[in-house]
Amino acid sequence: MKKEIIPSLLLTIVCILFFSGVYPALIWGIAQLAPNKGEGFVIKGDNGKYYYENIGQKFTDDKYFWSRPSAVNYNASGSGGSNKGPDNPDYLAQVQATIDTFMKHNPDINKADIPSDMVTASGSGLDPHISVQGAEVQVARIAKVRRIDKSVVEALVKKHIDGPMYGLGPERVNVLKLNIELDQTTRRQ
Amino acid sequence: MEPQILGVVVMFIATLLLAVPLGKYIAKVYAGQHIWTDRIFSPIEKLFFRISRIDPTKEMNWKQHLTVLLTINLIWFFWAMFCLLNQGWLPMNPDHNQNMTSDLAWNTAISFLVNCNLQDYSGETGVSYFTQIYGLMFLQFVSAGTGMAAAAVVFNALRDRTTEQLGNFYNYFLKSCTRILLPVCILVAAIHLFEGTPMTFKGMDTVTTMQGDTMHVSRGPVAAFVAIKHVGTNGGGFYGANSAHPLENPNYLSNIVQMVAQILIPFAMVFAFGFYTNKKRLAWVFWSVMTIGFLILVVPAIYTEVQGNPNIAHMGISQPGGNMEGKEVRFGATASAFWSIATTVISTGSVNGMHDSFMPVSGMNMLLGMMINSFYGGVGVGFLNFFIYVILAVFIGGLMVGRTPEFLGKKIEAKEMKIAMIIALFHPFLILVGTAVASYLTAHDTNMGWWFADAAGKHNASGWLNNPSYHGFSEMLYQYTSCSANNGSGFEGLADNNPFWNISAGIVLLFSRFLPIIGPVAIAGILAQKKFIPVSSGTLKTDTGTFGMLVFAVKVIIAALAFFPALALGPIAEWLKMH
Amino acid sequence: MKADNKESLFKKDLVAEAIKQSFIKLNPKYQYRNPVMFTVEIGTMVMMFVCAWILSGEHSQGSFAYNFIIFFILLVTLLFANFAEALAEARGKAQAASLRKTREETPAKKLIVPGEIFTSETQVVASSQLVKGDLFICETGDIVPTDGEIVEGIATIDESAITGESAPVIREAGGDKSSVTGGTKVLSDKIIVKVTTEPGESFLDKMIALVEGASRQKTPNEIALTILLAGFTLVFIIVCITLYPFALYAKTPIPISAYISLFVCLIPTTIGGLLSAIGISGMDRALRANVIAKSGKAVETAGDLDVLLLDKTGTITIGNRKATNFYNAPGVALNEFIHAAVLSSVSDTTPEGKSIVELGNKMLSENAVFGAKLDKYQSAVLQQIDFTAETRSSGVNLANGVMIRKGASDAIKAMVQKAGNLFDLEVTEAVNKIAGNGGTPLVVIENDRVLGVVELQDIIKTGIQERFERLRKMGVKTVMVTGDNPLTAKYIAGKAGVDDYIAEAKPEDKMAYIRKEQAAGKLVAMMGDGTNDAPALAQADVGVAMNSGTAAAKEAGNMVDLDNDPTKLIEIVEIGKQLLMTRGTLTTFSIANDVAKYFAIVPALFIASIPALQRINVMNLHSPASAILSAIIFNAIIIPLLIPLALKGVAYKPIGASALLRRNLLVYGLGGILVPFIGIKLIDMVVMLFM
Repeated sequence: MKKEIIPSLLLTIVCILFFSGVYPALIWGIAQLAPNKGEGFVIKGDNGKYYYENIGQKFTDDKYFWSRPSAVNYNASGSGGSNKGPDNPDYLAQVQATIDTFMKHNPDINKADIPSDMVTASGSGLDPHISVQGAEVQVARIAKVRRIDKSVVEALVKKHIDGPMYGLGPERVNVLKLNIELDQTTRRQ
Repeated sequence: MEPQILGVVVMFIATLLLAVPLGKYIAKVYAGQHIWTDRIFSPIEKLFFRISRIDPTKEMNWKQHLTVLLTINLIWFFWAMFCLLNQGWLPMNPDHNQNMTSDLAWNTAISFLVNCNLQDYSGETGVSYFTQIYGLMFLQFVSAGTGMAAAAVVFNALRDRTTEQLGNFYNYFLKSCTRILLPVCILVAAIHLFEGTPMTFKGMDTVTTMQGDTMHVSRGPVAAFVAIKHVGTNGGGFYGANSAHPLENPNYLSNIVQMVAQILIPFAMVFAFGFYTNKKRLAWVFWSVMTIGFLILVVPAIYTEVQGNPNIAHMGISQPGGNMEGKEVRFGATASAFWSIATTVISTGSVNGMHDSFMPVSGMNMLLGMMINSFYGGVGVGFLNFFIYVILAVFIGGLMVGRTPEFLGKKIEAKEMKIAMIIALFHPFLILVGTAVASYLTAHDTNMGWWFADAAGKHNASGWLNNPSYHGFSEMLYQYTSCSANNGSGFEGLADNNPFWNISAGIVLLFSRFLPIIGPVAIAGILAQKKFIPVSSGTLKTDTGTFGMLVFAVKVIIAALAFFPALALGPIAEWLKMH
Repeated sequence: MKADNKESLFKKDLVAEAIKQSFIKLNPKYQYRNPVMFTVEIGTMVMMFVCAWILSGEHSQGSFAYNFIIFFILLVTLLFANFAEALAEARGKAQAASLRKTREETPAKKLIVPGEIFTSETQVVASSQLVKGDLFICETGDIVPTDGEIVEGIATIDESAITGESAPVIREAGGDKSSVTGGTKVLSDKIIVKVTTEPGESFLDKMIALVEGASRQKTPNEIALTILLAGFTLVFIIVCITLYPFALYAKTPIPISAYISLFVCLIPTTIGGLLSAIGISGMDRALRANVIAKSGKAVETAGDLDVLLLDKTGTITIGNRKATNFYNAPGVALNEFIHAAVLSSVSDTTPEGKSIVELGNKMLSENAVFGAKLDKYQSAVLQQIDFTAETRSSGVNLANGVMIRKGASDAIKAMVQKAGNLFDLEVTEAVNKIAGNGGTPLVVIENDRVLGVVELQDIIKTGIQERFERLRKMGVKTVMVTGDNPLTAKYIAGKAGVDDYIAEAKPEDKMAYIRKEQAAGKLVAMMGDGTNDAPALAQADVGVAMNSGTAAAKEAGNMVDLDNDPTKLIEIVEIGKQLLMTRGTLTTFSIANDVAKYFAIVPALFIASIPALQRINVMNLHSPASAILSAIIFNAIIIPLLIPLALKGVAYKPIGASALLRRNLLVYGLGGILVPFIGIKLIDMVVMLFM
């Protein structure tokens, strides 16, 4: 064992320099060719504001499409889920409460139209998406609050449905993008 | 086909299509044959060996291999401890994260050293960029390289000849890192850069949301990290939410890339064995056995997740996306369920949904994946674990056809059986004893003192559970199973960042990494020294479906027998109660 | 002796002895050798203490009656396992003892040797008093008192007591047939025999010791299997111990009896209990085939054989070659040739020579031209020339100066050409034709003039092809060893269906062949009887010496065949394979059984606090108590039910390893999973009646 210490140590040092120095530098170099130089995709908002396209935001105002419940309250300095088991009574009570709140704010809908993603927390707590049904079920409320025609909101939702990527995976709606355009549309009207 | 189902089918088939040529490439790397990457890497490797005063052509026997393996791992351990305990003042710490506590550092250093990547910390707040890149990502490369090098030694030992000389460990190790892991990583990282994964050394950003709230966004050199995390079946996430995090895994395409990246080398190692030893048929039998096991676990998991939670169905809402608690909309229940099983059978342990919130059947199948730990298994070590079961199956099968058991022309005798049995025993031993201790403390709600305090500062043992009853039991069982399988995923509700869990898990991790490497390498080394016996028609042929069935049965029976009571009290009881 | 082969497994006196032994074997010192059953014994003792504890007023462990029943069933489990072993031992001992009996009571006429000079003075002593090196005399009607080697004389001996073969055999001093076995009877003449073994050290004595527990050593495979079983036992120790805190968490107190029951059910008691019985009965089966194995390992090794060396004569062909035809050379009258051939053989006592005379006389009298008389020939013979390895020919010198020789064609050809005579093309053709048909050509010359060729033919034993085919399916390559020329050897090899042959073999050729095969990693067996076979017998992985062979041969081999039957190896191979298969299949069966036992016991343990688990009580067992009792009763009675299988061995069918594995997995693997579901359910229905 003794005589292997020096070679092992030396090899460790060159490996650290190579895999933790050269390799990340190379990837960083490639990143300079990527959109926003590898600092995360951003969307420009009003007044010079910008938002991270892939990081969901907290939307609790009735005038916005809500995003999903979050275990970290959409604070992206951290991330995580509720980690509640499917048969945990506390958890089920919490889900029930979320449903009740949702119904209170959306009195015109059928309970059976609420999709489960709107009342369950995502894994990251930063999920930027909701399901198509999750957007549709909020259309009536948005139209009412914003006093715009329901069909306009419906068309907006439809426009923001991202189909399966390359034909694979689920359909979804990016809440942030939808709300940005919602604001713009409302202003125009 | 339904686009979500099609998505997972594509992931699986794409992996297989890439794995076969990669397996051939890996075989050539280990055999030292001429390959196209020679031109790029030969000079680099030569330089490395010259600096390190290593002669990569010096052949080693199995004991020398293990000596080197353990020595270099010890050095890495000290390096990782150094990073974790000093990150506060070391450079590249824009978010001013603190030094780790010693028990957390112990757990984290071991966890990354042993390719497990159990994370009792959260990446955003727990570690600096220096630690991420120079400590953890370095270990993600070299721990994967260690496992692959050990597998290469076993491949070498299983060729049709009698020898003590089994190649050079440094050579296998470095080539695994430079020629296999690195090129795949560069490709994977590059794709991620264009899908939205950050690669920056700038720290946290602060933005105001549309509603006017202030929001912090952690960034960092994620793309480089996420690539080796999967290619090396490490699984440790840059962020706390791992691959559920929208920057770490921004969309369905990146999800496919990460999925393929993590199963790719486990697949390819099986084929590499076939190419290297010129036993392609046997490799396909092994792969089929693994695949059948994987499918048996993954299909029910997808089914139950897509069906959704019956308790929520009772509340009268609809579950078009299935059980969405802890899952991301952009992946959907199907891809998340597929991931959960894939990541547990191959010891990656990365997650794109929170396992704690999955349905009991999925939870049980994840546990089974780790309990068996060789339906593909981690890079290199998966094959080693599989090898142990093959030895046991060969022994029982050999007796059943009336012939002294032999595998690839070498007799399996008492010594090999002893080693195989110890290795096979240690896995359930570590899992069950760990869970037993935790259950005992929970049952008595022991005051843990220094060892544990919950968020409210109470020291009651039951405070570490995030869920009551059977699911709480599953959380403890999952933690030790994940450690013993060197997996690293968790039922993350468990409050595991405290001395009790950090230290006990660290101990389990050490044993469960190095014993399953030492054992198979020793067996293979001993077999290599034995006289080679040519095949006759009385020999039990191993490259047949019948033998594949036997291996499968041995795995399942051993796992079922050792873990049935524990599973009955956890996920099975939970499932029966819910339905 | 042979009739005994079909005796019932459970003979009264054997069973009585086995039952007695079952109790004696409860001694922990003895049980310690078998880790699986030893843990059962510990469990039984714990249950005994629990019973005592309850009697002293403890209430947490359930009723005394229930606990006592569990204790009793565990005890019975142990006794069953002991019984299996004891019965196997008893059978083996009985078999060996009946062989030994004859000689121990035999009076021996020991030769008294005063000084260096032999006298004919004898003293009658008990055979057990003879020591190695003693000499004794056997005359007509005497029973040979012990194993030995004839140093003087020749005798016909009836060996039916040992071999069951009624035809008497000839044994004589010198050569390869010099050995006599204790218990055989001298039918004629008188021999002086030197004792070759110490009392109590004959092969039979060794074998008896192997069958008895004391000196039985575990074979390598047995050791490896024991490790596997010990490993499983350890797993279940961990499972049962950790179940305690699990149950605490689930708030379900589990009584000690339930832990012990679960544990005993899970550990592989079936194979653990039958393991030594299987080993012993393997030896016993060898003994019943009239083969004395010197170690258990030898029998096991036989199952692994790759190559079998067999002597042609007596194994593949019946006895010796016979003359079947005469081919006269051009210019020589057939009768003249036959006449010469017969003349050359009249004094030849070899079977070949006799057959030439026989055939010649028959053909001559049929032709009725030359009414020949044997004595007339004999009177003409002046000098008999015997066959030697150098000349490779034999013949006679007649009174009238004519020399007649017969021999191998190349030897004769050399003689003829040396004398300047022509070796006719037609003769060469005849020679080749005969050799090509598997015959042995014998060229006859008169004063260096070729007269013709005699054809000698081998008669291949009927049914031998099927036996070789069977060996081939087992994966055993057969090699014929013969002194014949390559052409003849090839023909016979093809006809008999052997895979390879060694022609014109000398003893060292055998040795070289064995070494070559072994170097390639193969296991080789051979049979032999002569002293010159001894090195090869020792070199072979399995060397079977004929009982009629020399002491050196018997010492060198690791088995002795009492029947002197060269095809016995086939049976030995099957016995070896059966031995391993029986262990493998019962291990599989035993482990597979656990699945059903789990489904019986786990719900029973937790049903009180987790009613949902009732749904995994798939057998719908009556109550937790009945479920546990049914499982351990099943666990106990499966042992005696499998004793016949353990003692007789799993039937071996040479259908190829993969097919065999499929079949055994189906029968013992799948069967092992299903049978206990049915068995436990049935037992539960009976147990219910008493609850």
